[in-house]
Amino acid sequence: MKDNTLNILIGGEAGQGLVTLGYLLAKSLVRSGYSIVVTQSYQSRIRGGHNTFAIRVSVDEVIAPKESVDLLVALDADTVSLHRKDLSADSLIVVDSAFDVDGDTLLKVPFRELAQARFSNIAALGVVGSLVGLDEGLMATALDDFFGKKKPQLAEENRRALAAAVEWAPEQVTESFKLPSINSPPKRLMMNGNEAIALGALSGGLKFCAFYPMTPSTSIVLNLATQAQRMGLIVEQAEDEIAAINMAIGASFAGAPSMVATSGGGFALMVEGVSLAAMTETPLVIVVAQRPGPATGLPTRTEQADLELVLYSGHGEFPRAIFAPGTVEECFHLTSRALKLAEQCQGPIFLLTDQFLADSYRAVATSDIESSPPVTISLNSQDIGAIPYKRFAITESGISPRLFPGMSEHLVVADSDEHTEDGHITEDLSVRVSMVEKRFKKGDWINSKVIPPDIQGEEEPDMLLVSWGSSKGAVQEAASLLRSRKEKVATLHFSQVWPLVPGHFMKHFEQAREVVSIEGNASGQLARLIRRETGFHIKKKVLRYDGLPPTPESILRGLG
Amino acid sequence: MTGIDSEDKMITVEDYGDYETAWCPGCGNFSILKAVKQALVASQLKPHEVLFVSGIGQAAKSPHYLNANLFNGLHGRSLPVATGAKLANPTLTVIVESGDGCNYGEGGNHFLAAIRRNLDVTLLVHDNQVYGLTKGQASPTTQEGFVTKAQPEGVISAPFNPIAVAVAMQAGFVARGFAGEIDHLSELIQQGIAHRGIALVDVLQPCVSFNKVTTFAWYKDRCKPLAPTHDPTDWEKAMKVARQWGDEIPIGIIYRNERPSFDEQFPVLDQGPLVGQDVDQETIKTIMEGYM
Repeated sequence: MKDNTLNILIGGEAGQGLVTLGYLLAKSLVRSGYSIVVTQSYQSRIRGGHNTFAIRVSVDEVIAPKESVDLLVALDADTVSLHRKDLSADSLIVVDSAFDVDGDTLLKVPFRELAQARFSNIAALGVVGSLVGLDEGLMATALDDFFGKKKPQLAEENRRALAAAVEWAPEQVTESFKLPSINSPPKRLMMNGNEAIALGALSGGLKFCAFYPMTPSTSIVLNLATQAQRMGLIVEQAEDEIAAINMAIGASFAGAPSMVATSGGGFALMVEGVSLAAMTETPLVIVVAQRPGPATGLPTRTEQADLELVLYSGHGEFPRAIFAPGTVEECFHLTSRALKLAEQCQGPIFLLTDQFLADSYRAVATSDIESSPPVTISLNSQDIGAIPYKRFAITESGISPRLFPGMSEHLVVADSDEHTEDGHITEDLSVRVSMVEKRFKKGDWINSKVIPPDIQGEEEPDMLLVSWGSSKGAVQEAASLLRSRKEKVATLHFSQVWPLVPGHFMKHFEQAREVVSIEGNASGQLARLIRRETGFHIKKKVLRYDGLPPTPESILRGLG
Repeated sequence: MTGIDSEDKMITVEDYGDYETAWCPGCGNFSILKAVKQALVASQLKPHEVLFVSGIGQAAKSPHYLNANLFNGLHGRSLPVATGAKLANPTLTVIVESGDGCNYGEGGNHFLAAIRRNLDVTLLVHDNQVYGLTKGQASPTTQEGFVTKAQPEGVISAPFNPIAVAVAMQAGFVARGFAGEIDHLSELIQQGIAHRGIALVDVLQPCVSFNKVTTFAWYKDRCKPLAPTHDPTDWEKAMKVARQWGDEIPIGIIYRNERPSFDEQFPVLDQGPLVGQDVDQETIKTIMEGYM
């Protein structure tokens, strides 16, 4: 525990209960007051293969995943051979005594004596929990919360497996991995990026969501579906992504704040709908949880390679905004913000996240995800100006008063063709010009609401690390490691990647001796966008595109 | 109707307006538009109570030529837009109006899904067996052997039979009309609107510019109203009728059932349209506590 953090990596085959074990261990750690960052890496299969669930845990705040492993929990023998190279100096491998594995840092656990095979993941929870000093009662409660209500019989058997393992856990090795205990731990939530997006959407006033399942976005919608009844929203599984986005547009046209969630391939199918939302000036939030492409790519891994896809999606020209949350808390706030922005500027607004953040559990303080006022929908049809109602009335801001079909006697007409102010199809080319200008006008308004990038560190650094989205924590930790070596480093992180407002960041570029972009893609898409918008050429790039998230170690390796 | 005060007066065809169109003279669309207006008047629906959703094609322009709410979206995608709008506000009378290419070609998947859902919309398909707007290519319902500039040796694929597919899937309401029988067609549309669930009204229609085979006269000779003895609730008989095509083409209500409609099955809609509903922040707090 050199840096005061412990990195636990659980490895095994799909179907061994590895995620349940990881989830329960993470939950118990959060309830005991520790900070965590979870990284899940899994193969696109239901059984077999090799999956991992890594929990980096600390008494202090942790913000990034780590590569070197202190505690390797091997649910199969392959995990040991695959991850031996990742072990830190004082590490320990927790392994089934039945496996044929050698080494002097092994803790061989007689899982078969402790529990039936199907409960060995819970026995592993007991062993690992004891090693790090978790309270048995607290772990038992986590188990009960997880299994209790649905399957009391299962909960009972799990609790027996846990108790047997805790009793077995040997005293002699316990001390080296024991986390300092926290008295009266703060009450915090354990939440991953997708859960936070769902909660942010609910709190922001979402009323309609349509989707077609696609990893790693699906759990956003599953979380919404669970709450649909009591939150008064409709979640519909569409026949395909094209239907999903068109349904959301239809619902939004009729007044329900709407969202779709997908990943690259599904989003590619939605793209004509993006253009439709823009042309009909229909508010819509589009969540794209990135995974490596092209095509089916690596379906369950992570990447940041769809910035350009999202930025240029949809034929024709129209304004948009793209948020890229860097933390679980930002997933919550930016989703809610996206709903409001979509309503205010009446068009498509994007949230660009990725598999790493989607599945990354963190400890979140309730005070950090307090709801802001939800999107407001006015049903007032008194003050709409000219009669008959013109859905696309030309205004100074480009934003026209919005009414909803059936909610007043006014008729609401929208068209994907170029249209007159009253929404009807036109080929009058002077109307075309004023409508193009009207739509672009809304871009000025979006520009005025851009979240400036987050600058941290030295004012005139030797090196400025530029990043966006989910790599925020890894980049900030890499910078602080460099600072501890007396290097003058700063970080500039974009949680909104479009529009770019040069006034927000150019001075930081100019003050830095060297600017480096850190991105989870193969070509440096943000760096290219910055150059296009400002002329500033970020020459040095540290890029990762092996399907795993940037880590502090991978960034330092890349910097050389 | 929610939140609207207006004195109850009889709705007349004037309420739905009279507009100049972009159609070819003699187009079957004129008769269909007339039948639609007649059906709306007969249903005594006020223009603001009706939402038309259309796609792209000559047929999809129809709702621009009457007074009502309208979302004229993308080619093939009117059913999904209608699904979203109807779920957001089930008090709307939703009519999807587009052509055979739009609904059966580009939007084929949505056609199947909308029938499965039994969404409460009237699906009015102007079926002229040809792509008019793009100047005469084959559509999904074009007869085999039909020669076009895109299919110079004649169409090879078998035509899609929307009626047979809809009946096979036990769609809520399946009817075929003919643009040359305006009153008959209007009656079908009116019944389709009244039906709670999906109501397909496939309208046979000549295309004066690009279809020289199935002309007005061709249809006039063949389209015959179903005998009053036809029982549309008899699925097996309906399947037989659905496959009739050639010297005699049956028009009328071919099949119907009373399966509950999609939107009736969302309890969250019991409190009214989704538009303007509050956000329950207290419940959100409770939900958040579940993550502790």
